[in-house]
Amino acid sequence: MKTPTIKQDMVVMLIFSAVILTMPVWLEPLGASYPDLLQKFAIFGIFAVGYNILFGLTGYLSFGHAAFLGIGSYTAVWSFKLLTMNILPALVFSVLLSGLFALLIGFITLRRSGIYFSILTLAFAQMSYNLAYSVLTPITNGETGLQLARDDARILDRLFSEAGEGLPSTDFFGFSMSGYSGFYICAVLLIIAFFISQRIFHSPFGTKLRAIKSNQTRMKYTGYNTKPYLLTAFVISGMYAGLAGGLMAATDPLAGAERMQWTASGEVVLMTILGGVGTLIGPMLGVGIIKYFENIFSALNEQALHQAYAFMPDWLATVMVTLTSPFVGEGWHLTLGALFVLIVIFLPGGIMEGMNLIKKRFSKKEAEPSPTEKATETGQ
Amino acid sequence: MDAIFLQILNGLDKGGAYALIALGLTLVFGTLGVVNFAHGALFMLGAFCSVSFYKLLTLSKQVKDESITFFDAFKEQPYLEIWFGDYGTTIIDLAVPLSILFAIPVMLLIGLIMERGLIRHFYKRSHAEQILVTFGLAIVLQEVIKSMFGANPIPMPAPEIVSGSAPIGVLFGMGESVVYPWWRLIYLLFSGIVIAGVFAFLNMTTYGMVVRAGMMDRETVGLLGIDVERRFTVVFGLAAVVTGLAGVMYAPILPPDYHMGMDFLVLSFVVVVVGGMGSLGGAVAAGFLLGILQSFASMNEVKSIIPGIDQVIIYLVAVVILLVRPRGLLGRKGVMED
Repeated sequence: MKTPTIKQDMVVMLIFSAVILTMPVWLEPLGASYPDLLQKFAIFGIFAVGYNILFGLTGYLSFGHAAFLGIGSYTAVWSFKLLTMNILPALVFSVLLSGLFALLIGFITLRRSGIYFSILTLAFAQMSYNLAYSVLTPITNGETGLQLARDDARILDRLFSEAGEGLPSTDFFGFSMSGYSGFYICAVLLIIAFFISQRIFHSPFGTKLRAIKSNQTRMKYTGYNTKPYLLTAFVISGMYAGLAGGLMAATDPLAGAERMQWTASGEVVLMTILGGVGTLIGPMLGVGIIKYFENIFSALNEQALHQAYAFMPDWLATVMVTLTSPFVGEGWHLTLGALFVLIVIFLPGGIMEGMNLIKKRFSKKEAEPSPTEKATETGQ
Repeated sequence: MDAIFLQILNGLDKGGAYALIALGLTLVFGTLGVVNFAHGALFMLGAFCSVSFYKLLTLSKQVKDESITFFDAFKEQPYLEIWFGDYGTTIIDLAVPLSILFAIPVMLLIGLIMERGLIRHFYKRSHAEQILVTFGLAIVLQEVIKSMFGANPIPMPAPEIVSGSAPIGVLFGMGESVVYPWWRLIYLLFSGIVIAGVFAFLNMTTYGMVVRAGMMDRETVGLLGIDVERRFTVVFGLAAVVTGLAGVMYAPILPPDYHMGMDFLVLSFVVVVVGGMGSLGGAVAAGFLLGILQSFASMNEVKSIIPGIDQVIIYLVAVVILLVRPRGLLGRKGVMED
């Protein structure tokens, strides 16, 4: 594989930053440029980009990353409760703590590979989920979820000001975490996260991870101990998940255990696959598409469908509505599942592979006619 | 002593369900080499077979309620009662056991369609891709069930004759006070019979012999001129039936809802891994073992020593087993060692 030069990387980086930062503008016509959704794009983007470092580069399929997301969320909310409403310490603690847990869990789970690794991570995710619901209730507040309260300690905030009326809201040195300023904070973090991931992809370390994916045995025979590399990748992606979890708590200071369930890990797998595993931009694309359509599809109902099919003859419209209505609104997950199955069957490389295929076809046509075309030409 | 006895029964009972599900899962894995994340969904489909059979039996029409004379009151009366009288009532009462007969062909059909339509194309692809595609399939199946039956659990009655508790203590000389629900005893017996049936099929018939040979060495069996693929399709159907039956009979114990499959999926994978991937005996043994361990862990005496142990014991055992005995309890050498 050809490694792009630093200059090319910088160009990609610049374009990426520009695209992300102008999202509120170019998403306007699509009806998706409100802060809540934009924040979600950025947060899940961080999650998926981080997950891709593990799954995309090493091929280790983890079903436990939601646990790190949950740990990040809980840590952040505790930091809001005990220290300050500023998100900086909250995010630092989320990243560190989830990194620590990732180190611990990774150390154990990475002793096995393949399906056993998946099942081990699954087991750990289920354990943390079950514990968060039951014994750890003093820390996690069980089913209700961990929330802010007015009489929380908030030691650092108290040094500067008295407790105000009502619940305080999260901020970053005065910039509120809600609305567009919140989105820009998330976006800047996403760009930093993307930059780090790009550096990892094109570093010798990234190449080693790819070598592990293609043939771990051969890698070992050449004298590498693969374990430290795998563990580093695992911890990094765990920290990304922790950052995403912390940001989730920062935009909406509530942490619940359902964030840790293994099906939540399934979601990030899905996004990564849909966009393209092992590509830089792919996971971001997957996040954008899934979150965007989730938003659109779950808002649709039968009436909206009737309006959409209004141009058709009545009988056809009725048929179309009955055919499509199970897939929208409440049934959005059905669409997602079906889409997922189709992607894995027909396009295992995700959207990125699809785009490459299209690109190849077009460039081939321009350069020289493909063999089949040649054959038809001579036949004529 | 009484408490321990009851916990063992509880464990055996839970273990029966685990063993049945894990048996199907490991059967598929051992023969087809496919990691099937849609297996939990099969269990859920089984449970919903009994729900839909019950709904079918209780299709009713509005009839005038004779007991209320002041005004015209209507009540729902199932057609079966209208046509057959008391006999019909008995049939409705026996809905769950009878739905076994309904579930067998349905589950077989679902299994065959799944194998022919989807799983078959994934034999040659990596385990990760198998996991992903079957995971997607599981989501689809569970959402279809959700849109058909709603999101709430649907309680299913056990037949009235066995709805009470059995004075099981008398049999073992522990007095009248030791009682246990009849239906759970029946479930235990039922799982034993199904497990024995599967083993008899595999060990005592020629067909089963070929399947076992295929598990050992698929290529050689193919070279001997046997259509392995077709046998494997049948095996997948068999696994679907076994898992589905586990779900049918479990309906009165746990009211079925659409995500019960995902809940049991993780458990059944853990059971299979503890027993040893592709080992049938291992799956059954591990199922009962983990069931008993779990019910002991949920005793208050144990919980007061190690809080929260009941929530994690199964996963903890799985982690320990996977790390110290990578092949599982009864796993064969050379099967899925990374």
